[in-house]
Amino acid sequence: MKKQAMLGKKKLDAGMVITGLIILAVYAAVFILEQIMPSTSMLFTVLKKGATYALVAVSMNLLNGFTGIFSLGQAGFMLIGAYTFAIFTIPMESRAAVYQYYNGGILGFSLPVIPALILAGLAAAFFAFLIGLPVLRLKSDYLAIATLGFAEIMRAIFQWDKLGPLTNGSNMLHTFPNFNSFNIKNAAGETTVYLSTLIPFLIAGVCIALIVLLINSSYGRALRAIKDDEIAAEAMGVNLFHHKQLSFCISSFFAGIGGAMLAMYACTVQAKSFTTAMTYEILLIVVIGGIGSISGSCISSFLFVACSEWWLRFLDEKQVIGTFEVPLLRNGFRLVVFSIIIMIVVLFFRQGIMGTKELPDLFRRRPKTASQEAIK
Amino acid sequence: MKNVLPYLLSGISVGGQYALIAIGYTMVYGILRLINFAHGDVFMVAGILMVYISASGMPIWLAIPLTLLISVLIGFTIERVAYKPLRTAPRMSVMISAIGVSYLLQNLVLYVTGGLNKVYPTIPFISDSVTLTIFGATMTTKMVTVITPFLTIILVVALVWLINHTKIGMAMRAVSKDFETSQLMGIKINSVISTTFIIGSFLAAVGSMLYFTNYPSVIQTSGSMPGLKAFVAAVFGGIGSIPGAVIGAFIIGICENIIKGLDLILIKSGLTKKMMGLTTFSDAFTFALLIVILVVKPTGLFGEKMTDKV
Repeated sequence: MKKQAMLGKKKLDAGMVITGLIILAVYAAVFILEQIMPSTSMLFTVLKKGATYALVAVSMNLLNGFTGIFSLGQAGFMLIGAYTFAIFTIPMESRAAVYQYYNGGILGFSLPVIPALILAGLAAAFFAFLIGLPVLRLKSDYLAIATLGFAEIMRAIFQWDKLGPLTNGSNMLHTFPNFNSFNIKNAAGETTVYLSTLIPFLIAGVCIALIVLLINSSYGRALRAIKDDEIAAEAMGVNLFHHKQLSFCISSFFAGIGGAMLAMYACTVQAKSFTTAMTYEILLIVVIGGIGSISGSCISSFLFVACSEWWLRFLDEKQVIGTFEVPLLRNGFRLVVFSIIIMIVVLFFRQGIMGTKELPDLFRRRPKTASQEAIK
Repeated sequence: MKNVLPYLLSGISVGGQYALIAIGYTMVYGILRLINFAHGDVFMVAGILMVYISASGMPIWLAIPLTLLISVLIGFTIERVAYKPLRTAPRMSVMISAIGVSYLLQNLVLYVTGGLNKVYPTIPFISDSVTLTIFGATMTTKMVTVITPFLTIILVVALVWLINHTKIGMAMRAVSKDFETSQLMGIKINSVISTTFIIGSFLAAVGSMLYFTNYPSVIQTSGSMPGLKAFVAAVFGGIGSIPGAVIGAFIIGICENIIKGLDLILIKSGLTKKMMGLTTFSDAFTFALLIVILVVKPTGLFGEKMTDKV
């Protein structure tokens, strides 16, 4: 019996090791591919956006899947993160051009990328703390609609003319560092080492690892208890409001960083692009990946971005097979097909890709059944 | 007063249009406990249908009933296809399904229109200009501004009568009180739910005709903001209550339009000298109002108090 338990423990580690190796292989592949393939390839667009969405989806999953808070404010927190990042990183010499209607803005300094990223997260978390005070006391769908409303309020505030010297009003912010500025260049200005895809992977990877650590801690267990049954959790001594607030702030912190990454991906920030539709997209990613599975969210965000931006592109153009011209194909058809696929997943595969399993669980399944047979 | 009046009038008109959408939200929520995120998109699709049907050369007296009919069919189909299979699923799944439907409808319209603004056809009579004289102030507006509040009130009275005095209305009230018990009493809940969606979509389609007459064009995203605001109105009035939704919608419509014109009103009354850019907040105000009402009185103005069952 004891030996079997030990064996189980050892096999359990095997799952982790395989997962670790897969993640390492992915990072290595990203790095190598970037050096050998032309940097204009669609693959890198998908990978950069996918990494960004993976982080945001995981942060949303922390709320929806692990704490049971149905929040729809993600776009609002991304907006705060993106703006904070952009405002603090626009180089001094470009400020006059960016803030051309506001006399070069009011900020007299600019920050390096990493502190600005952290600041973006902190700003989002701070707003989450404030909005959480009233909103987190609400029940499921009321909470959803209140957070959604909060995101809309944020959008309006950032477009307000009076805040123009800081946020540039409804004009866009640009010329801040983007992913391409991470490429290492030689003296002649030629790129020697491409890092523009690896860096978003690293940022997202570190953040997701932190979330995983949180979920596996005692706090994470308290959050799951809240999800399963609030009243029972409260009876067990979990401070409901405190834990919800914690989860909400942490999720928003990472959503803020995700927003900053989205700003780097898109090279521009404008408040009007952070709509409710963006939150819905992220929610659908979480659902497709499996509510309550971190690795599911990561996988599905890459699939989602790849399908919507790349793989289904052929549906938008005329296709001729032999002499037969395929009907219906024209601009926008890919999105129709895509949303039908999403509806099928939502209706018939409610578990999503991973259900509540994680990647290591997939590799553990086989030894587990073997040990069950041994018991028989 | 003279400065505020035009905004007040268009506020009442927009409020009436929101009210017609809000009823769809509040009825569905009352029965299924579902925020039907796709409702705003049904409203938008009704607008697009009107564009295409009248562009096909059909006379307006035929185009209007046809638009209403197809919108009703769409609402019915959405319920049957996307919500009925999930009747025993957790509420969050149904809500996600609603978001999926909203995404699908928007993309479908994007595909059909090619993402272009579609010019909304002129409906005779309600698009005509009228000149009004109220409290000595003369102003010109479209007929629709005057008609909307009356039409809304008539439809709401008819609906309330339907709910209080007919068999199907009684069944609706029973289902919204207790889903399972009413099923045991022999109420065919599926047909009751379908009826709810049919009524909701019908009113949304009527609302879309009134709403888009005031706007030059329709696009795939033009349903989401009115939809959200109508939902806020439903929550504000106490979700599940039809009079509540209507009053909430009027309040929100009026507040929104007054904020839109607040800069000009303040300048004209001599209270401020400069433009403050407050127009930006006309949408945000609605949501701020929502958060305030949820915190202060979560059941809304006329909502029933619900107790949690453990």
